[in-house]
Amino acid sequence: MGGNFDNAGEVSSNIKTVLKQIGLPKDVIRKAALVAYESEINIVSYARKGMIRLRVVPDSIMIEAIDEGQGIPDIEQAMQPGFSTANQKIREMGFGAGMGLCNIKSFSDVFHISSEVGKGTHLRMIIRASSAVLNS
Amino acid sequence: MTLHEIRKLLDAEVLIGEDQLGMEVNTAFVADLMSDVLAFATAGSLLITGLTNPQVVRTADVLDIAAIIMGRGKRPSQETFQLAEEVNIPILTTKYILFEIAGRLYARGIRGCIEKVGSK
Ligand SMILES: Nc1ncnc2c1ncn2[C@@H]1O[C@H](COP(=O)(O)OP(=O)(O)OP(=O)(O)O)[C@@H](O)[C@H]1O
Ligand SMILES: [Mg+2]
Repeated sequence: MGGNFDNAGEVSSNIKTVLKQIGLPKDVIRKAALVAYESEINIVSYARKGMIRLRVVPDSIMIEAIDEGQGIPDIEQAMQPGFSTANQKIREMGFGAGMGLCNIKSFSDVFHISSEVGKGTHLRMIIRASSAVLNS
Repeated sequence: MTLHEIRKLLDAEVLIGEDQLGMEVNTAFVADLMSDVLAFATAGSLLITGLTNPQVVRTADVLDIAAIIMGRGKRPSQETFQLAEEVNIPILTTKYILFEIAGRLYARGIRGCIEKVGSK
């Protein structure tokens, strides 16, 4: 899905639909959809190709975003709110605020990022269904 | 306020969601940056924006936004329109600039979905 903005967000919409069918709490679905969506936009923006993997177990949702692409040279810098290398095309779509990765982190209960320059990036997020229920 | 009242107040045209005008909203968020919307907007709020691409609708859908108001006379692109129909999110368009939209809504009791960042 890399580079193609036409359907950007479709995967996240599908994830949302699936999670709704399972009947998870709204709050949890919203977090999962948000995390998937930011990941999806990053893949479309910065990678050649990638995929989003969703796994649901009784008390949590795991979302993985795995891409083949340019990778991130300095993860710490990329995680800073406001840091962005987005081009004009991405900015025209309303992205490139440098908030995506921080958003993903703050909406996940567990967040893991690894990346290799020239190879790709791997994000793993866990959203707990039970804690989210207690918090809502 | 209901979407019906908001339409009147903003002299807006309802492009999608004619059947949802009875919906009540109390909060709103104004932005042209989707990641800021994703960071701060809350479910059930209005999204007031000058952007018109399909990502506005995707973002609204992800967040369970109540309705989208496009200001400065902006109208959705064909793809945006279709997507909004698909996910059933109302879109209103008005010629008022974003500042005027926000001011008019505020005067009628609509509040920001958060007041300051970091405050929730
Ligand atoms: N999957 C990825 N592959 C390569 N680089 C990435 C990837 N994801 C993020 N980056 C790099 O990290 C930077 C920060 O990403 P982040 O998602 O936080 O912000 P953004 O995409 O620039 O803007 P926003 O997400 O707010 O619209 C990006 O500008 C890009 O340089
Ligand atoms: Mg991003």
